[in-house]
Amino acid sequence: MQRIGVFVCHCGSNIAATVDVSKVAEMALMEPGVAHAEDYQYMCSEAGQAKIAAAIQEKGLTGIVVCSCSPRMHEATFRKAAERAGLNPYMVEIANIREHCSWIHKDMEEATKKAVILMRAAVAKVNLNTPLQAGESRVTKRALVIGGGIAGIQTALDIADAGYEVDIVEKTPSIGGRMSQLDKTFPTLDCSACILTPKMVEASAHEKITIYTYSEVEKVSGFVGDFTVDIRRKARSVDMNKCTGCGVCQEKCPSKKAPSEFNRGLNTRSAIYTPFAQAIPNVPVIDREACIKFRTGKCGVCSKVCQAGAIDYEQKDEIITEKYGAIVVATGFDTIKLDRYDEYAYSQSKDVITSLELERVMNAAGPTHGHLERLSDGKAPKEIVFIQCVGSRCADDRGKPYCSKICCMYTAKHAMLIRDKYPDVNVTVFYIDVRTPGKNFDEFYRRAVEQYGVNYIKGQVGKVIPKPDGKLLVQGSDLLDNRQILKEADMVVLATAIEPNPDVRKIATMLTASIDTNNFLTEAHAKLRPVESPTAGIFLSGVCQGPKDIPETVAQAGAAAVKAIGLLAKDKLMTNPCTAHSDELLCNGCSSCENVCPYGAITYEDKEVNDHGIRETRRIAVVNNALCQGCGACTVACPSGAMDLQGFSNRQIIAEVDAICR
Amino acid sequence: MQELINRAKELLADGTVARVLGWKAGDLPYNPEPAYFETAEALEDFVYNGFCGANLSKYMIEASKMEGKTMVCLKPCDTYSFMQLIKEHRVDREKAYIAGVGCKGKLDIEKIRARGIRGIESIEGAELTDDAETLKIQTIYGEKSLAYADGMLERCHVCKGKEHVIFDEQIGESKETKDAERFGEVERIESLSPEEKFSYFQSELGKCIRCNACRNVCPACSCRKCVFDSNKFDSSQKANVDSFEEKMFHIIRAFHVAGRCTDCGECSRVCPQGIPLHLFNRKFIKDIDELYGEYQAGADIDSKAPLTDYTFEDAEPSIVGKRG
Amino acid sequence: MPLEKKEFKPKIVAFCCNWCSYAGADLAGSSRLTYPADVKIIRVPCSCRVNPMFILRAFEKGADGVIMCGCHPGDCHYSTGNYYARRRMTLLFSMLDYIGVESGRTRVEWVSAAEGVKFSETMNSFVEKIYSLGENVRLGDLRCKN
Repeated sequence: MQRIGVFVCHCGSNIAATVDVSKVAEMALMEPGVAHAEDYQYMCSEAGQAKIAAAIQEKGLTGIVVCSCSPRMHEATFRKAAERAGLNPYMVEIANIREHCSWIHKDMEEATKKAVILMRAAVAKVNLNTPLQAGESRVTKRALVIGGGIAGIQTALDIADAGYEVDIVEKTPSIGGRMSQLDKTFPTLDCSACILTPKMVEASAHEKITIYTYSEVEKVSGFVGDFTVDIRRKARSVDMNKCTGCGVCQEKCPSKKAPSEFNRGLNTRSAIYTPFAQAIPNVPVIDREACIKFRTGKCGVCSKVCQAGAIDYEQKDEIITEKYGAIVVATGFDTIKLDRYDEYAYSQSKDVITSLELERVMNAAGPTHGHLERLSDGKAPKEIVFIQCVGSRCADDRGKPYCSKICCMYTAKHAMLIRDKYPDVNVTVFYIDVRTPGKNFDEFYRRAVEQYGVNYIKGQVGKVIPKPDGKLLVQGSDLLDNRQILKEADMVVLATAIEPNPDVRKIATMLTASIDTNNFLTEAHAKLRPVESPTAGIFLSGVCQGPKDIPETVAQAGAAAVKAIGLLAKDKLMTNPCTAHSDELLCNGCSSCENVCPYGAITYEDKEVNDHGIRETRRIAVVNNALCQGCGACTVACPSGAMDLQGFSNRQIIAEVDAICR
Repeated sequence: MQELINRAKELLADGTVARVLGWKAGDLPYNPEPAYFETAEALEDFVYNGFCGANLSKYMIEASKMEGKTMVCLKPCDTYSFMQLIKEHRVDREKAYIAGVGCKGKLDIEKIRARGIRGIESIEGAELTDDAETLKIQTIYGEKSLAYADGMLERCHVCKGKEHVIFDEQIGESKETKDAERFGEVERIESLSPEEKFSYFQSELGKCIRCNACRNVCPACSCRKCVFDSNKFDSSQKANVDSFEEKMFHIIRAFHVAGRCTDCGECSRVCPQGIPLHLFNRKFIKDIDELYGEYQAGADIDSKAPLTDYTFEDAEPSIVGKRG
Repeated sequence: MPLEKKEFKPKIVAFCCNWCSYAGADLAGSSRLTYPADVKIIRVPCSCRVNPMFILRAFEKGADGVIMCGCHPGDCHYSTGNYYARRRMTLLFSMLDYIGVESGRTRVEWVSAAEGVKFSETMNSFVEKIYSLGENVRLGDLRCKN
């Protein structure tokens, strides 16, 4: 039996004016388990807390009920006071007789009756409280960043600058990501490479950063502060330590027909390659599917020309296992496939290209060496049509329901750059809306229209028809003038929707990080915790969380880094003791709880149990208290009642219900 | 049936299985009972007839812990229960050799009795092949006859189909028996006024003696220890303390199996008080089908159960009042 | 002699999630937005913590109405809790309706921490509904009623 002390607060007149506090204290003494009751003007004051401490010591109290303001206000205060007096803080419960009673009722008798009932419910609960201990778990002071684009690089730099080790895992042979494929950036028209490559170099030279390119995360186990990750380093077929990056192998390689991923397949590359000249690391990989040596066994030219003897055809994939305290996801995006948008003739005409392809066309290192030309015949275009929202803001299931956010701005950029460099080229943009919320963004768009004479038409394009003479017939509508438009164009550029990197689903599953219907990773809170995943220790950087441009990505990357640093700076994590707990003798092993847990905190183990003399191995739910956040979803999913929540147990809540309905 | 016995003998003889889980004749012509057979001699008592309604899948929870494989005879509807038990990790697929036995509808002795047929000595037409259209029943009052379909269990009139969803081999033929709407009775009750609904369930549930037969036979009620037997909710009472408790028990039981109940109908079949307990489960099934998309528990191994799943656009609970 | 007719004072249990609805109730309190004292709030971490057993237990012990409040769908502190709660309560309430318990005795409302007004309005309308339905005689132990 508990020895419970009930402390009724007057809160000046806030409570005492409508609730007969001494009556509540008097009634409390009639409740089972109550050994002491008193009322006082301000329970939260020093003097009030001293009264609680004194009663704990003098009367040997095992539990406390404070009838006062909302627990959201002073529960922590009273728990600390109890702890200082030697009582477990989780033996304290609050009856909210201010916000839920005295402040909303006028009639003293009625309010007092209600206050008594609320007191009874709290006493009934405390009768079933048990001391709870916050657990501790250690923190490995190392972070993993998945993805080596601008988001990943920035996050890694920020974490490393704070003094923590960071590993970047990048799937492709070089870091740099999408930003390395861009020509210029809005709204300042900086050269993308000029601002990105210094960051790449800084990351690779940083003593706290280790970069694993051509590598993928294979397995993740553990939890916040203590993740264990297997990283697969794919066989490069080139010894990273020996290669000097001279590039002779790429020049001499006889197999040059593989489509260049970096140039979006617009031209080809050799079988041994670095994606682009400024690649980091500047060590090529052999594409084993394109390599003659690997296909036929005959060739070996690269090995012969390599002065450093770095070519290693025997190299195998390697698995590295490393421990991390925090993981940042920065997997970025790709453009959607256009196979469901056949009306734009993307698959039929080489002169219909995506905006990302146009970036490569405009780039000096691209397939046309920066000359704006038609990819079908190399002729200079005179008439270019841009089509906005291809697959974005799409009502049906062909495209994406969301706005890709960056297209309005990069299209204005493209239009402006073209008009600047080739004033004789006419540029027309078909748009649904022009969205330019961002610093200096609307000014930028207006310059495209007003200074550069880009022709913006509000309306959608229904069809693009390739004509026998090589021109493209664009059928659209002008909603403002309410007329149909037929326009001949030499090139059509599609502002293709972006989507999260398709690999993110696999990664999210490994991390038990939640993902929305569009494959964007979900934030812990859309407004208040936008760079954290609901899964503790997982942080979100860049477009994997939602569409954003470069400045936003960099800002979010820094925010994710700060959150990760905040975690790494701790030596130990205190875990919330109000977590779920599975009674192994009652657990059926049915997985219902596991299926509803948003944190991946429940796993199943084959465990030997002794059920009243029956010894057998059973499949049993085990809750990881470092991951569990205490929502209780599992407790209701569990049919047998094996799963219960400490601090809000089934019996405690039933006791409250009974007390209220008594 | 002979084919089934022969096959069972073969599998016992070649060591594929250590035992056979089927039915043996009871002391009356219409009450065969589930039984294990470990030898060819023991199989002499094996029966499979129109009264073998018992769903044997739940016995596999215990049989999964025994040495060696068990040949288990499962009717098409029973295989759904078995699949659901695999999904919930309650049985070991590797420990079962599933004989998917044919089914031509199973008989309900209570229905036959309800026709005024009492003092039954023997029943012809239900013994071996079940494909008779008419039952010839010898009673102490003389011979009576009854159309086979008129003696069938309610569940067979709304049969899910005669396909086994999981099996190692199929033995015997099946015959379609569905001739009624599955949700007909649920819809009838839904259309009543609150007063009528309440008095209907009050009179039905008032009969409940809390014998737990429904719980014990239910393949979805596979908890090691029922919440009503544990102290986890302060709800452990054997007898009903008050008139609400039988309602509480049956609502919670139906809720706990919602999305997991395959609608096998065993609860109603075994209820000694004749309470149509399946009407609770079927109400949940109907609601789930209407609100969250058609779902058949036990039809597959991968789908998410409706209560451990959600969509952003799910109906709000206020739909209950709006539907009337 | 007929039993003396007592004035009907309903017992109403409100389950409120800690992060939104309980805070909404606090805001209603600090804004002095009144609602009848018949409502008693039980704090739970999340609407997904509410077991149908609790609701039936409340009715068994004499509650005349039970209301559950949680964060708006999409705003759950635990991201998905209220989605599960929504399905559970929809099915449970539908079952109660099916056995003849008036659907007005059960309700779910999504109330955010900023919606003190909504909390108060919700409670006022719910209590009004319970008064119109009168005493709950269909659930609960009839022997305890008079």
